[in-house]
Amino acid sequence: MIKVKLFANLREGRKKEVNFEFFEGINGRYILKTLNIPEKQVSIFLVNGRDKSLEEPLSNGDVVVIFPPVGGG
Amino acid sequence: MIEKRYLKNLKTLSLEEQKKLKETKVVVAGCGGLGGYVVEMLARLGIGFITVVDDEVFEETNLNRQIFCDINSLGKKKALVAKERILAVNPEVAVNPILIRIEEKNAKELITGHKAVIDALDSIPHKILLEKACEELKIPLIHGAVAGWYGQVTTVFPGDRTLSIVYKNHTEGIEKELGAPSFSPAVVAGIQVSELLKVILKKGEVLSKKLLYIDLLNQEFQKIEVSL
Repeated sequence: MIKVKLFANLREGRKKEVNFEFFEGINGRYILKTLNIPEKQVSIFLVNGRDKSLEEPLSNGDVVVIFPPVGGG
Repeated sequence: MIEKRYLKNLKTLSLEEQKKLKETKVVVAGCGGLGGYVVEMLARLGIGFITVVDDEVFEETNLNRQIFCDINSLGKKKALVAKERILAVNPEVAVNPILIRIEEKNAKELITGHKAVIDALDSIPHKILLEKACEELKIPLIHGAVAGWYGQVTTVFPGDRTLSIVYKNHTEGIEKELGAPSFSPAVVAGIQVSELLKVILKKGEVLSKKLLYIDLLNQEFQKIEVSL
């Protein structure tokens, strides 16, 4: 299983946490597509606390954390 | 002897530390939501020299959150109003208002000779160029950003490149859709000032290679490791 945690306005209309069944080749891009999150809304994509690319395959038991970009002053 | 105005600082700072602040030069880039609060707090702390960089004038839409914006300051240059305010709070502080926007061509010149830079800018491309300029001159950058109920803070030391990692190819954040209320800039600015103080005084733990992500809607504070 892969646990996905969403932050800030990515939670709007979604849950705070979503679990995905693990399968070979599952990656960040698949998760975003399934959750209907456009890539431009994603600033930080962390897997087990480390910055990872969306293409990289995930492992069973991974925890994914997704944050949108915040840029106001 | 310590001046009375700093007596209450002394429960937090030593006399030597208070003196050190008086000799410290800091740049505040942007004097809007974040920058206004930051300048106010730096002056009350006793930072001796503050360079405030902002080319804008106060508008009615700033009244909901920008601390130096009031009925009397509408239409006036933000950096000049900041100077006026600081003179009224702490005349010992030298405020140098710079009435231009930070750009690639002028960034290094503007920050040269300062001990640290506060990022209170409202544009991601400008935040990134400020990070580059700070890295080249080996000056620590204390970054803050806000959007709606949310905010973030990190302290970027030369080589960290935290903003380049966090923002990647983004040029706009969620602030365009979530706006900026009064409380989130105040929270983020306070954390930025605490980071600055620790950088100057070399004490405590700072958010180097770490991003503090603040969610005031759920009161969740996440400290995220960010490194190359």
